[in-house]
Amino acid sequence: MNGVMRAATILILALAMLAPAAAAAALAHGAQPQPAQEEFIPIDELPPGDQMPAAPLLIAAYAIVWAVVFGYLWSIWRRLSAVEREMQDLSRRADAEDEGT
Amino acid sequence: MICMMQSQRMFAALSVAGLVMFAAAPFLIAQAPYESTMGLIQKIFYFHVPGWIVMFLAVFIAGIASAIHLFRNKPAADRLALAAAELAVVFGLIGLVTGPLWAIKAWGVWWQWEPRLTMSLILELIMCAYLLLRRYGGPGSDKLAAGVAIFAMANVPFVYLSVNIWRTIHPATSVVPQLAGSAPGMFGPFVWCAVAFLVLFTVMMAARTRLEAQRAHVERLHLALEER
Repeated sequence: MNGVMRAATILILALAMLAPAAAAAALAHGAQPQPAQEEFIPIDELPPGDQMPAAPLLIAAYAIVWAVVFGYLWSIWRRLSAVEREMQDLSRRADAEDEGT
Repeated sequence: MICMMQSQRMFAALSVAGLVMFAAAPFLIAQAPYESTMGLIQKIFYFHVPGWIVMFLAVFIAGIASAIHLFRNKPAADRLALAAAELAVVFGLIGLVTGPLWAIKAWGVWWQWEPRLTMSLILELIMCAYLLLRRYGGPGSDKLAAGVAIFAMANVPFVYLSVNIWRTIHPATSVVPQLAGSAPGMFGPFVWCAVAFLVLFTVMMAARTRLEAQRAHVERLHLALEER
């Protein structure tokens, strides 16, 4: 559980540190004049080499959703098991103390 | 005892229903018609939009439960808020990952610093801040975090309406309400996915709230043992 929390914290902190850099890059990008385009080319009329295949992106999106959902369910299950184990230990300790007195 | 058994049965039934619906979703999505301009990549819509719907719902639950905890001092509401906040981050992550995968094909860029995307990212970061505060804030952090959750909830209508106020590359909010009329073939799979996400969310909320309740119980047991 601590490992998961630590990894999540590192990820969040990394995101927080990257955000100002990304904002600066976006501002810099906005300040630079864009090269004038000759004409509008619909995305489906691009040469095959310039087109991005949709299937891998779609599969990646669904795989990530499944991984996130099942990863989270697994993390809840692990945390619940750990807490229930701790509860049993504490109950056993309380029973032992009761028998001792 | 009977009530507990009933709730456990309800939880098991909902878990099975959620997982079956989630597993069946790709087959329904495959049957749905292609959108005329975007083609195959538009099918990300069936997980992307329900992900955000559930994220907004989770933020609302976290905000309302936090307000109850803040003004009425109810620990149960606080536990509900914490569970909902964690789920808001999970479903927000789904939206933030699936969006760029759709955008790179449909818009030609992974990300645009336009109002909807930027505000969604900020909302996700606010919910991350809530969790960090709960984790590392020390004593009293529950009250501080409750304030953060209320502000996050206030942010949701702005995120939702941003696409109507500032017209940008992102589609407006009218797409989903008009789906039944404009594309009936897409409406069925969309509703299926939205319900599947809501059922999964309910199951996750129940499990996560139970985890917090168990933790509170463990804390009480520790205190009782120390007092002996």
